[in-house]
Amino acid sequence: MAAVLPTRRDNPFDPPPDLADEERPLRRLAFPDGHTGWLVTGYALARAVLADVRFSSRLELRRQVVRRTETDEIRPGKPAPPGFFIAMDPPDHTRYRRLLTGQFTVRRMNQLRPRVEQIVDEHLDAMERTGPPTDLVSAFALPIPSLVICELLGVPYADRQRFQHDSAVLLSLDATVEDANAALASLTGYLAGLVERKRGEPADDLLSGLIEGGELTGDELVGIAMLLLIAGHETTANMLGLGTFALLTHPDQADDLRSGRVDEDKAVEELLRWLSVIQFGTTRTAAEDVELGGEVIRAGESVAISVPAANRDPERFAEPGSLDLGADAHGHLAFGHGVHQCLGQQLARIEMRVAYGALFRRFPALRLAVPPQEVPLRDDMSIYGVHSLPVEW
Amino acid sequence: MIEADRDICIGAGMCALTAPEVFDQDDDGLVVTLTDEPGPESTDAVKEAVQLCPSGALRLAGS
Ligand code: HEM
Ligand code: SF4
Repeated sequence: MAAVLPTRRDNPFDPPPDLADEERPLRRLAFPDGHTGWLVTGYALARAVLADVRFSSRLELRRQVVRRTETDEIRPGKPAPPGFFIAMDPPDHTRYRRLLTGQFTVRRMNQLRPRVEQIVDEHLDAMERTGPPTDLVSAFALPIPSLVICELLGVPYADRQRFQHDSAVLLSLDATVEDANAALASLTGYLAGLVERKRGEPADDLLSGLIEGGELTGDELVGIAMLLLIAGHETTANMLGLGTFALLTHPDQADDLRSGRVDEDKAVEELLRWLSVIQFGTTRTAAEDVELGGEVIRAGESVAISVPAANRDPERFAEPGSLDLGADAHGHLAFGHGVHQCLGQQLARIEMRVAYGALFRRFPALRLAVPPQEVPLRDDMSIYGVHSLPVEW
Repeated sequence: MIEADRDICIGAGMCALTAPEVFDQDDDGLVVTLTDEPGPESTDAVKEAVQLCPSGALRLAGS
């Protein structure tokens, strides 16, 4: 019998110890719906699967890898809603992605940098005003990417309570089906109303631009807005929260970052690799029989790609288990690979490049306000990180 | 000689990030090459960009 996905971590930063088996970078895996599929933990095979469109992303073929509650929907079985292209294959995926790539180019994101710096500074000022101790997640890690994605999309930040709650429910692994459906309906209703309002009063933002482009229906616009809103803030927020925790427990490296002894851009890539917050995430289902790593993956079988394991493959990365901000982490799979590779990665990079350095320079004495073992971990969420991070300075 | 297939490109921007003197993205986010024959100083960066491109849109011809 195939084993289920190991999820128990020994410490906050390392993937579960029995996740990767160097001898077997591809092995059988029991999915919660009773299906026997595959688990990929090796870097080369992970890249190969993600680059191969015969491994489908379609929602109707998808299976969840972990289930925490009995009522959890382990097989959606239905196609993705219009515009929700992360769960589609080419050519449907291509059509949507093409409409968006122009908004997320390296150049466009670099132009946003001054605004990101301003947002970061404002949050550091607010922390200074309130004084220690504070929860770094709610004061810094979550609001910064939320505000940035809201401004980019044209979603009023004042409405954040509504969508932050809904998206947290959607990403939680122990929400019941009823709660998840209620959150989905609430978010859909909110975004549909927003699209309607923007039709009447267009502004200089991404949603208005897409509406004016005239190629998308109202439902498609809502799906795209939902995908960008969810993908755009929880991910970066968790990298900022968990990354700060990592730096606080590696004070020498935090010093190197603060003093500029390590390159900020490289440091961010190494944090992305070492932390790999998409902990269960990327799953594909073979649309036809495919040969992979000496096995045949049969049509209909699901393949879970473990990004945390692949990013610590000793065949690809020297010293994969240790955090070394000066190391060369390029080629990591934290943003995925293939046609679905993260659309927002250049935005996430700018946010992280600005935020970590600014935080540690503003508060050189930043430290945990609780013992490290008391920091609550998001091992129950599909995006890993910390629920809160009490700090003082 | 670099070949960039704009029909395959998904605009992830890894090329423009890795070898900005050779690759850029147009207003639609798709790859454009700034030169067909990059100088020797760019060779490593170009090779890395080809390897990192997630969609397989980049190719080094004649090598
Ligand atoms: C550090 C932060 C981030 C991480 C680690 C991350 C990670 C990922 C990964 C691994 C995928 C691939 C999923 C798959 O192959 O099934 C992905 C896709 C995606 N991400 Fe991100 N992401 C981050 C930030 C963002 C931001 C800021 C945005 C929005 C602006 C965003 C928008 C998207 C979208 C739209 C997709 C789907 C792309 C497609 O299907 O073509 N992400 N992300
Ligand atoms: S890296 Fe590849 S997919 Fe991304 S913009 Fe360049 S050519 Fe296109």
